[in-house]
Amino acid sequence: MKSATEIQGKSSTRIVTKWKFMYWRSAILYLLPSIILFSVFLFYPLGKTLYLSFFLTDQQGIANVFVGFENYQYILQAESFHKSIKATILFVLYTVPTGIVISLFLALLANEKVKGAGFFRTIYSSTMGVSVAASAVVWLFIFHPSMGILNQLITSIGGTSIDWLLHPDWALVSVAVTTIWMNIGFSFLILLGGLQNIDEHLYESAKISGASYFYQLRRITIPMLSPTLFFVTTVTLINAFQTFGQVDILTQGGPSESTNLIVYSIYREAFVNYQFGTASAQSIFLFLCILIVTILQFKFGERKVHYQ
Amino acid sequence: MYSVELKQVDKSYDKEHLVVKNVSVTIEPGEFFVLVGPSGCGKSTLLRMIAGLEDITSGSILIDGKIADHLPPSKRELSMVFQNYALYPHMTVEDNITFGLDVKKILKKEKKQKCYEIAEMLGLTDYLKRKPRHLSGGQRQRVALARAIITNSPICLMDEPLSNLDAKLRAHMRSEIRELQRKLGLTLIYVTHDQVEAMTMGDRIMVLNEGMIQQVGKPIDVYNTPVNSFVAKFIGSPPMNLTTGLVDKSSAEITISEQISLPINRLVANNLNSDQVLVGIRPENIKLYEEPSSLDLSFEVTLDHVEILGTETLLKFKWNDNSVWYAKWYGQWDIRVGQTLRLTLDSDSLCIYDGHTEKLLQGPRNIQHQHVQEGIV
Repeated sequence: MKSATEIQGKSSTRIVTKWKFMYWRSAILYLLPSIILFSVFLFYPLGKTLYLSFFLTDQQGIANVFVGFENYQYILQAESFHKSIKATILFVLYTVPTGIVISLFLALLANEKVKGAGFFRTIYSSTMGVSVAASAVVWLFIFHPSMGILNQLITSIGGTSIDWLLHPDWALVSVAVTTIWMNIGFSFLILLGGLQNIDEHLYESAKISGASYFYQLRRITIPMLSPTLFFVTTVTLINAFQTFGQVDILTQGGPSESTNLIVYSIYREAFVNYQFGTASAQSIFLFLCILIVTILQFKFGERKVHYQ
Repeated sequence: MYSVELKQVDKSYDKEHLVVKNVSVTIEPGEFFVLVGPSGCGKSTLLRMIAGLEDITSGSILIDGKIADHLPPSKRELSMVFQNYALYPHMTVEDNITFGLDVKKILKKEKKQKCYEIAEMLGLTDYLKRKPRHLSGGQRQRVALARAIITNSPICLMDEPLSNLDAKLRAHMRSEIRELQRKLGLTLIYVTHDQVEAMTMGDRIMVLNEGMIQQVGKPIDVYNTPVNSFVAKFIGSPPMNLTTGLVDKSSAEITISEQISLPINRLVANNLNSDQVLVGIRPENIKLYEEPSSLDLSFEVTLDHVEILGTETLLKFKWNDNSVWYAKWYGQWDIRVGQTLRLTLDSDSLCIYDGHTEKLLQGPRNIQHQHVQEGIV
């Protein structure tokens, strides 16, 4: 004969499991829309890429021969991939810090209470509304060797014109300048929002204490803005690693592969050379790079961030 | 100890509409001066103008006898406590307190010592390494006070510093701030919308409404003889009871609700433009009618609400064209809502205001008497 407590215990565990099931079922139901979207556009492609990176493929991109890690071995030894990594790292270093410093400067200017601040805020954030293709074409004209406004300016003050997009030393810088210009709108807007969130009374209190503008900037604005700065840095860093459109329009990876950034290299490998296996291996490599950089950033950068 | 003098100060944001109108007042050195008024009356603007955070549109501000109209805030030798405390959330309590000294480039050792002294005084020594978000409201308030007094500025401005605290803590901090001010001999200018704070803390108070000075004086004088009906209604809790009365100039009498008539000074009556006046009386001067006297000021009312507060009982009733009146009696009275009572007004405690200009015509005559009585209670 079972004791009463035993029976009670059993039925109560049954109730708990039933309740747990209900809980999970409703949780999954709520998550379903995003699970479907992520699966179709993210998880499936990611899985497929990983799968393809271990195969030799035919021209339709269908996996033929399993080659293990040979694709990875191949890309890590290929000189053009080394060049591509080097160009990407340089590109990130050119664009991210410069872009954020310029955006912060503009945001500080536009945050002042002056007449017409609204006008400048609109202007400064307007690059957000321009597509990559359109702005790249505009810069294509600016960089034009003979008709471009940049070279006309240089020659008018007595300098010699530069082949911005055709010289291996200048091409990456030119693409970087274009990218900085395009990113400013986004960074500016986020940073301005961060600045406007800082309590005005903090500055008034500092003013009464006699703190100068730069002292206030160093001791109040920058620390209070640190979560926003961290966010902007992370996002622009990832974006810089994934640059494609401006390279495609401005230089097509040239001259002599000096602007062949990783994503462009992946594109060429897959859709020009039809090497889907090595292209997938490059993609996985890029994914791991971004992942590691972002983890490092969270680990070391976030310590200096002050959250309210 | 510095004095602060305002001379015909005006303030306008849109060049049309004045938010502060023609304010002239002298705040004596070492005085606890309270600016009080309803929200939007311009009291905070006035304080910010003294601090130098807002420009003055016209007039002039003198600090320690010297014109300070265009001095930056840091050159006015004052400190300020904000309503939301304005503590730097990313700094520790210690860094918050010493921020004002960092700017002045004082030796680190001296800074630390000063910080500990102040922290000791305000009971903050255990919290110096914490961030403001880990402190309670009262502790944050103390940090804000510490930050204000560490700079040894002779003038301290406070903008509704207690309004974010709960009632009990507020009562405690009231006395703490007052004691601190006395101990340090600060000239303290204190803004509040709470008339209890104004009454209990100030050496003198200034009542403001719509940007204009209504009355300046000692709290008890403002309470006893409000110069106009606004001050009468604003100072005191519950406010002074007011109702309209009609003046008969030939007999020099005021009639209220065709029930009560009371004499008025003939000279005052003759100078009136209209025949309407406002008759006011503090709730504690309405008594239960007991025996007929020579001047019968009694009337019958039905009670709408009764509150027993422990030491006193508050009665609410409507009288004379729905004027809401309160009576406050000492002690605990067993009275029910809906009960009818015969009450009487103390004829010596009446304030009479002009019905048109709402200015005081005749004040109460028994102020001295009341002082003594309150002393006994």
